[in-house]
Amino acid sequence: MIEMNKLEAGVLSTDPIIVVENLTARFGDDTILENVNFEVYRGEIFIILGGSGCGKSTLLKHMIGLHELASGRVTINGIDITSADDNEMGKLRRGMGMLFQSSALFGSMTLYENVALPLMEFTRLPLKIIDPIVKTKLGMVGLSGYENHLPSELSGGMKKRAGIARAIALDPTVLFFDEPSAGLDPVTSAELDMLIRNLNKGIGTTMVIVTHELESIFNVAHRIIMLDKSKKGIIAEGDPRELKEHSENPRVTNFFNRKATH
Amino acid sequence: MPHDQYALSVTGEKGGNITLSISGSASLDTISLMLPEIKTLLEEKHPSKLTTDLGSVEYLDSAGALLLIQLENEAKRKSVPFAYLNMSDKVKGIMTLLDRDALSTSPIIPEKRTTGFFERIGEASIGFYDDIIEVIAFGGELTLEIIYSLFHLRSVRWTDVIVYMKKVGVDGLPIVGLITFLLGLILAFMSSLQLKQFGANIYVPSLLSLAMVRELGPIMAAILVAGRSGSAFAAEIGTMKVNEEVDALITMGFNPIRFLAIPKIFAAIMVVPLLTLFADLFAIIGGLVIGVFFLDLTVYTYVQQSIKAITIFNIVTSMIKSVVLAILIAGIGCQRGFMVRGGAQDVGNATTSAVVAALFLIIAVDSIFAVLLSYIE
Ligand SMILES: Nc1ncnc2c1ncn2[C@@H]1O[C@H](COP(=O)(O)OP(=O)(O)OP(=O)(O)O)[C@@H](O)[C@H]1O
Ligand SMILES: [Mg+2]
Repeated sequence: MIEMNKLEAGVLSTDPIIVVENLTARFGDDTILENVNFEVYRGEIFIILGGSGCGKSTLLKHMIGLHELASGRVTINGIDITSADDNEMGKLRRGMGMLFQSSALFGSMTLYENVALPLMEFTRLPLKIIDPIVKTKLGMVGLSGYENHLPSELSGGMKKRAGIARAIALDPTVLFFDEPSAGLDPVTSAELDMLIRNLNKGIGTTMVIVTHELESIFNVAHRIIMLDKSKKGIIAEGDPRELKEHSENPRVTNFFNRKATH
Repeated sequence: MPHDQYALSVTGEKGGNITLSISGSASLDTISLMLPEIKTLLEEKHPSKLTTDLGSVEYLDSAGALLLIQLENEAKRKSVPFAYLNMSDKVKGIMTLLDRDALSTSPIIPEKRTTGFFERIGEASIGFYDDIIEVIAFGGELTLEIIYSLFHLRSVRWTDVIVYMKKVGVDGLPIVGLITFLLGLILAFMSSLQLKQFGANIYVPSLLSLAMVRELGPIMAAILVAGRSGSAFAAEIGTMKVNEEVDALITMGFNPIRFLAIPKIFAAIMVVPLLTLFADLFAIIGGLVIGVFFLDLTVYTYVQQSIKAITIFNIVTSMIKSVVLAILIAGIGCQRGFMVRGGAQDVGNATTSAVVAALFLIIAVDSIFAVLLSYIE
C-alpha cells in the first residue's frame, strides 16, 4: 500500500489549489501561528500534524475563513478569501466540505436531515434523487439505518462519521477533516482511510486532514506539514516516509517513532 | 499503619543539622494535618541544614510528593541546604511524576477576574458600550436580511417559520389567554369599584376595551412572548454557537442570520399581532364576567359598549405596535444567542439578557408610540 502511494505521489500535479501566505493567527493577544506559508496541490491528500494545542484546528478554521486572519493571505481556487465578498465566499464554500473536531452536527435535526440539508438548499434535485444520495452517503461511513437518529443518540465515533457524511454530501472539490479517526476503533479507522483514498482517487477530491494516527498518515498522505507550538509554525514539510527516516529535527522523528520528548 | 495515619519526628540541635523523619502515610488524607505540624516543628528548630528521612514512609501519593517538593522549595527560599535520605525507588517514581515547573509557570493569558471596584465599573461601561455597538451592527445586518428576504420570499425557510409560529403562537396562546382573562377580570372589578359610586357602571366595558387595545394588549402579549420565546431563541442559537453548529452552517455556505434568525422573526411578525388580538379578546371576556355578574349589565350591552369605544385606527396602530415589538423581541433574542462565545454559562446569561433587553425595548417602544400617537390624533 505504501508503495502504491509513492507512485501516486510521483504523478501528482503541483498546481496549487490552496495557497497560504504569511498566515498569522491570533486570539486576543495570544499569537497561535506566525507567518505560516504552504501550498496544497490539486488532488492531493495533505495532512497537518502536530502536538495537541499547537494550532491545527485554528489553522483549518483560518483557511476556510471562519476566523479573520491577523495578517497574511489565503487563496483558494484563485480567490483570496480575505477580501472575497459574501457572494464569492458562499460559492467557494459550497465547493468545500468541513468536518469539525467536535462534529458540529445540527442537534435539532436527524442524521438524514443533517446530510440532506446542503443537498436541499444548494441543489434543485428532486427528493426522489436526494433520498438515495443521503442513504448512500450514510452507507459510505457505515451508518446505514441510522437515518432517524438524532445526534444526541449517537456515540462519539458515530457522530464523527455522520459529520463526514455531511461534509461529503455535495461531493466537494476540497475536503477539510479535523481528526476524522479520533475515537474510532482500528477497523473502522482503516475503513475510513480507504474511504479517503477512494474519494481522492475516484473523484479527485483534494483533502486537508488533521490527524495523529501514524498508521493512517503513512497509508493515505501524499504530503504533510508538521506544526509546532513553540515555533508557532511549520517545522517539517514533505513526504512522511522520508521525514520519518531522514529528518534531522528530533521533534519530527520523535513524532513518527512515537517517542516522548523527555 | 492504616492509610490515614502518619508520624513525624525531628532530631538534631536547634539551629543545627536537623533530620525530619516521616513515617506512615503521606497522602491527600494526611497532608492537611501534616503541613502545619511540619511548619511549627521547623520554625522551632531553625535548621541550618535539613535532611528528610523517607525510610519508613509506607504510602505516598502525588499530594504527599507535592508536600515534599514544597518543603524543598521552602528550604531553598530560606537558603537552607536540603537533602533526602532513604528515598526508595517507588517514592522517586512518584516524585518524578510531578512537574516542578508547573508550580512556577505564569499563565499564558492573565486572569480575567478583576476585583477592584473602579476597574469593574470601567469594565462594565466598556462592556455596555461594546454591547450597544454589537446590537447596532446586528440590527443593521438583520434589517438588510429582512429586506432581502421580503424580496426573495423563496429563500425563506417556510417549514421553520411554521414550526416557530406554532412554538410562539399556538403554544403561547393558553398562557396569554389565561393571564389576560385574569387581567380583564381585575381591571373591570377595580374600575367598577370606583365607577359604581357615580352610577357609571356602563363605562366599565369601554374603559377596559380601550385600555386593552391601545396599551395593555400589545404589552401583555409582547411581555409573554419575550419571556417564552425571546429567551428560547437566545438559548437555541447560543447552544448552536457553543457546539460549533453556527460555524458549520457558515462553512456549508449558509448565511447564519438568514438561516437561523429570519424564520424566527417572520414567525414572530405573523403571530404576535394575533396573540395581541387574542389578549384583547380574553381581557374583554374577563371584564364581561364581572359586568354580567356584578354590574347587572347584559351581555349585549357589554359587548356593544366595548366595541363602541374602539376605533379602527386604534386597532391598526395596535397591530403596527405589535409588529414592531415582535421584530425587536425576536431580533434581540437572536442577537443575544449569536453573541455567545464561551460555554453553558454564557448561554444562560444570553437567555437572561434577551428577556431583560426585550422588556426594556417593549417599554421604550410603547412610550415612543404613545408620544407619536398623541401628535397624530
Ligand atoms: N476560541 C479561542 N479563543 C482563544 N484561544 C483559542 C481559541 N481556540 C483555540 N485557542 C488556543 O489556540 C491554541 C491552539 O488550539 P487548537 O484548537 O488549534 O489546537 P489543536 O492543534 O487543534 O489541538 P488538538 O490536537 O488538541 O485538537 C490553543 O492554545 C488554544 O488555547
Ligand atoms: Mg484540534
